[in-house]
Amino acid sequence: MSSRALLTEKIAFFCLLLCTLIIVIPVILITAVIVKNGIAGLSWEFLTQSPRLGMRAGGIFPAIVGTVYLVLGTMLFALPVGILAAVYLTEYAKDNWLTRVIDIAIVNLAGVPSVVYGLFGLGLFVVFLKFGASIIAGSLTLAIMSLPVIITASREALNTVPQSFREVSLALGATRWQTIRHVVLPNSISGIVTGTILALSRAAGETAPILFTVAAFYLPRLPQSLFDQCMALPYHLYVLSTQVPNIKPHIQYGTALVLVLMIMIMNIVAIVIRSHFRKKKLW
Amino acid sequence: MNFLKHRWNDIVEYVMEKVIFLAGIISIAFVVLIFIFLLKEGLSLFKTYSPFSFLFGLSWYPISHPPKFGVVPLFLGSIVVTLGAILIAVPLGVGAAIYIAEVAPRWLREILKGLVEFLAAIPSIVLGFIGLVTLVPIVKEVFGLPTGLTALSGAIMLAFMAMPTIVSIMEDALTAVPESYRAGAVALGATKWQMIWRVLLPAASSGILAAIMLGIGRVIGETMAVMMITGNAARIPTSITQPVRTMTATIAAEMGEAVQGSEHYFALFGIGILLFCITFLINFTASFFIKRKR
Repeated sequence: MSSRALLTEKIAFFCLLLCTLIIVIPVILITAVIVKNGIAGLSWEFLTQSPRLGMRAGGIFPAIVGTVYLVLGTMLFALPVGILAAVYLTEYAKDNWLTRVIDIAIVNLAGVPSVVYGLFGLGLFVVFLKFGASIIAGSLTLAIMSLPVIITASREALNTVPQSFREVSLALGATRWQTIRHVVLPNSISGIVTGTILALSRAAGETAPILFTVAAFYLPRLPQSLFDQCMALPYHLYVLSTQVPNIKPHIQYGTALVLVLMIMIMNIVAIVIRSHFRKKKLW
Repeated sequence: MNFLKHRWNDIVEYVMEKVIFLAGIISIAFVVLIFIFLLKEGLSLFKTYSPFSFLFGLSWYPISHPPKFGVVPLFLGSIVVTLGAILIAVPLGVGAAIYIAEVAPRWLREILKGLVEFLAAIPSIVLGFIGLVTLVPIVKEVFGLPTGLTALSGAIMLAFMAMPTIVSIMEDALTAVPESYRAGAVALGATKWQMIWRVLLPAASSGILAAIMLGIGRVIGETMAVMMITGNAARIPTSITQPVRTMTATIAAEMGEAVQGSEHYFALFGIGILLFCITFLINFTASFFIKRKR
């Protein structure tokens, strides 16, 4: 190897390292800024009280509760449909035009901008079905947005179950559904759960889909039913950073930190579940 | 008893098969439903407003008298911000993906991958907020502008948001190149860099195209961060250091004020139709490139 080629290699690798650092260093800085400024805002009162004085004091409790409701609602709607859709695609679907159309539909659903989901939720759930701006309208909108991610992750999980497992079960006289229920699903549940939690963590941080379907600027009390509006952390952060003049930064950063922490906890739970089941895997 | 049990199993089997089939085709149903509802509301605009002035009108003044719903300034706003973001994100993202997949030692690779995944997990509203308090003043200062809320700030912010998509797709494309290609190049006496530049990159080229397409898809649909830091001025941009307004930001910012069933309300759904069609085309092309790679 000529020394020139080696020199070129050194320069090239340095440039590649530089690219990586330009991406990674801001990530570290952003995290540091949020944690450093956010911790100053965190307190027991901040987490358990309603906002006061036009959001300039008090806490973010209703927004936390609202986001939890929305995540649970999203899971309720998206999880069963997502898993069954994945089961259809891996266990039942033949390689024909219908399956190809479903594939295209999933790819497209995944690419639809979140604000367009918001428009759709407004048109279908809020106006056409007359749910009004409500937890159910917001959850359904977020659920449809999460479906492609859950389907894709569940499909991958189902595909990792060896074909021989299914053949043995069928050979023993089990029906197709019994095979799925007792053999395929138990052996792929960790992948499905991991993918679902990741999809839900994304839904928890979304603002655009809930903007017209559920999010309330300020509510003095917690929502009483599925048909009530609620506050939500991402929208609350939007309000705090653009609509409230002369607000103390620690309230904004505190809200951002709580939202990021919530999403990180969901991600960590997903990773723990994945590695736990991976250890127990027998094949 | 045995007979009854068999009968019961048959019923369960039959019902589950139908339920699973329904769940299977539900994603088609939703794509169609989304399109129908966008069309139903969006096309109502054209009962009172000409489609030509909507698509080619040069001004967006939704609350003047008479209102003007020309989508061109918003479309150009989206294009400027997206182009800027992609020009920044693609070289950096591809470079980083090569570094992570081929050059970095294993311990560093895991850390770098973790950081990129972490970036992907940060909600856009949080990045928008951070951009607003850090990036916007920097842009204002560095370029000596009257305001830092510009297309440029939006492009930089969006470049970061597109990075995880680009890096992970590019990494997949690189790892999909067969090991024998690498071994062959190295056996012929190529340095590692020559191997990457002359063998890996050409072999992974359709992955690069897919990464670019999906990056564009990610950027053009982004709403909250863009709305917060591009300044929201609905006029035709002439320079990247001006405030602009994107299509997504227009929907998010104005839907709250638009009266249900008004021209303005329908016009915002009209923008939704445009966005839906644009992302449909982008994703369709991207999945074509990904398929070809395999």
